[in-house]
Amino acid sequence: MAKKTYRQAISEALFHEMRRDERVIVMGEDVAGGQGGTGQIDAYGGVLGVTKGLIGEFGPERVIDTPITESAIMGAAAGAATQGLRPVAELMFVDFLGVCFDQIYNQAAKFRYMFGGKAVTPLVIRTMIGGGLRAAAQHSQTLYSIFTHIPGLKVVVPSNAYDAKGLLIQAIRDDDPVIFCEHKLLYDTEADVPDEAYTIPFGEAEFTREGDDVTIVAFSRMVHLANQVADKLAKDGIEVEVVDPRTTSPLDEDSIIESVENTGRLVIVDEAPPRCSMAGDIAGLVAREAFGALKAPIEAVTCPHTPVPFSPALEDLYIPSAEKIEAAVRKVMEYKP
Amino acid sequence: MGHMIRNEPSLSLHIPQPKCRPGDRVDFSTLDLPAAGEARRPDVDTHPDEMHDMAYGLIRVLDDEGRAVGPWDPKLDGQTLRKGLRNMLLTRIFDDRMYRAQRQGKTSFYMKCTGEEAISCAQSLVLHHDDMCFPTYRQQGMLISRGYPIVDMMNQIYNNARDPLKGHQLPILYSARDYGFFTISGNLGTQFPQAVGWAMASAYKGDSRIASAYIGDGSTATMDFHHALTFAAVYRAPVLLNIVNNQWAISSFQGIAGGEATTFAARAIGYGLPALRVDGNDFLAVHAATEWAAERARSNRGATVIEFYTYRVAGHSTSDDPSKYRPADEAEKWPLGDPIERLKQHLIVRGEWSQEDHQALEAELDAEVRAAAKEAESIGTLGKSMPSPKAIFEHVFKEPDWRHIRQRQEAGI
Repeated sequence: MAKKTYRQAISEALFHEMRRDERVIVMGEDVAGGQGGTGQIDAYGGVLGVTKGLIGEFGPERVIDTPITESAIMGAAAGAATQGLRPVAELMFVDFLGVCFDQIYNQAAKFRYMFGGKAVTPLVIRTMIGGGLRAAAQHSQTLYSIFTHIPGLKVVVPSNAYDAKGLLIQAIRDDDPVIFCEHKLLYDTEADVPDEAYTIPFGEAEFTREGDDVTIVAFSRMVHLANQVADKLAKDGIEVEVVDPRTTSPLDEDSIIESVENTGRLVIVDEAPPRCSMAGDIAGLVAREAFGALKAPIEAVTCPHTPVPFSPALEDLYIPSAEKIEAAVRKVMEYKP
Repeated sequence: MGHMIRNEPSLSLHIPQPKCRPGDRVDFSTLDLPAAGEARRPDVDTHPDEMHDMAYGLIRVLDDEGRAVGPWDPKLDGQTLRKGLRNMLLTRIFDDRMYRAQRQGKTSFYMKCTGEEAISCAQSLVLHHDDMCFPTYRQQGMLISRGYPIVDMMNQIYNNARDPLKGHQLPILYSARDYGFFTISGNLGTQFPQAVGWAMASAYKGDSRIASAYIGDGSTATMDFHHALTFAAVYRAPVLLNIVNNQWAISSFQGIAGGEATTFAARAIGYGLPALRVDGNDFLAVHAATEWAAERARSNRGATVIEFYTYRVAGHSTSDDPSKYRPADEAEKWPLGDPIERLKQHLIVRGEWSQEDHQALEAELDAEVRAAAKEAESIGTLGKSMPSPKAIFEHVFKEPDWRHIRQRQEAGI
């Protein structure tokens, strides 16, 4: 199987689905770019090059560069979805959620419910999350918990190229609105990715490491840091199990509870501020459902409750690190009641 | 899709395409550019209904020979013009040096305003220093014209220990309250309603200060642009609503923003606001139009929408390569020329400037920028010096929250 980057995996998923189903269209700011020239067809393909190449094969009617108005992009995509298309709309940075959230959470997410079950809104919103690109307070946030809060939305947070491809194909074939969160720092990470199309069902966690001492639940890029910590601590005889839920909505609660019932210790790693977060959500879940199994208080490794700083030196201190995760694991291991 | 088949033509979707892409011969022949001096100058108390034509014309003062012609000639003295020239030149030299600094790894990101200097530099001569500007990331000329220390701009660009914003903001998203320069937002269009609100507050307080907001052609598509025009019209807010139409929004040409069928200035008409459409590369035209709109705002006649017609010579930022989406020589073929060259030519025609004067000024400003860069670099460039880590927890609320203090202590900083 060929090694492919997260970026290539997402691109392949889009190519597969656009070839398979002409109802699939892509729309967003700068998603085409540079089309129509004699010299450089499809040279741009989005600010981080994820949609590069689509325009050459599918043309400007299926790879639509839009005006800069996220509200109209999401509203038009939702409207086109109700007409039978399967739009993949790009919200360039998840931070731009603020100017289009109504179309997502009050509209697309509730169409089926409010229209007596008659509306079908097969909409996918691809968006970039996460810090580390030195993009400061308005382009670095990790806002998946906000979408997770809304009934009617499915939320996908792939941590690797293999999952990204299978989950995006699943998202495009899904008949409800799906928010697909791509972490900016993962685009160049590689994994074995089959050439053919495949799907990964929503709500099924992946155990990226298995162990009996501590459970780490981590999302998106944080899964990689958790794996590093697990590998390091294995040498010290601490067996860490790493659970990557892959989707925050639906959430594979059973896998998390099952793991904690086995290990008795839980560390949650969430690249977001701590309040009303996935970290808080999972801590609550485990406290409710697996309280009796806990041997130590639950630890959460999150960002502080402040905006994301620009300064590279400050941002590195801001985002959860392997060192902080290791310290949290050691803390729950050393806990004495 | 089980809809009824009728004997009607099938619908088709229109996707705007730019005239030229890389490899094509640049062709601006279809642009409708009225001659300098041709646009009429309505009185500042003209009812918006009686000046719709201004939204489709183009106010130009400098003709091809560098003479000031027509009713919009602001009749400025040589000293004022030389000041404007100096500010434009300083802005360009500053941009060039910081662009190189980014290429040398001294900072992570930079955005130039090359070709658009006249807009912020001429406006800053008209507006009072305490009028509040709500800039985009291409109005650094305003900050420079208002005398903000360029070394502090560099300290922010280098994100060193003297970064005035302590590492919170991107390198070029300045904030200078004392210089009437509202924080630049990385997210687009947001300044427009904020400027209207600021101006409404100024009116509410019986103040005399006005606001001036900036937006790009691309961002006129945002909700904020349209909401701002509604508010500005309803409350007759004392604000200048400037649209900088530089033809490109990263790789999307202005047709994608809705510039194919009408002008951006004409957006104003539906809201009942007066509009002016101005050659943004003509320092005198920018100055005159700004004076008109500022006088209108100061005399309680409300907001004016001004479209500055210009060309983004550089890439959107250091993160894109414009030769990938437009002909490489498009900028130099822009039919309205370069704002610095045109003002220089005008001063020479007037006998108030010479080639030698110009070269001497360039050398002087180059030395000034070099000296500032040396000073900023002595503190440190990106990664060589840094703001205090404590800054992560500062300025979130007025009073430090106890949770922040605890989080800071837990982080060991």
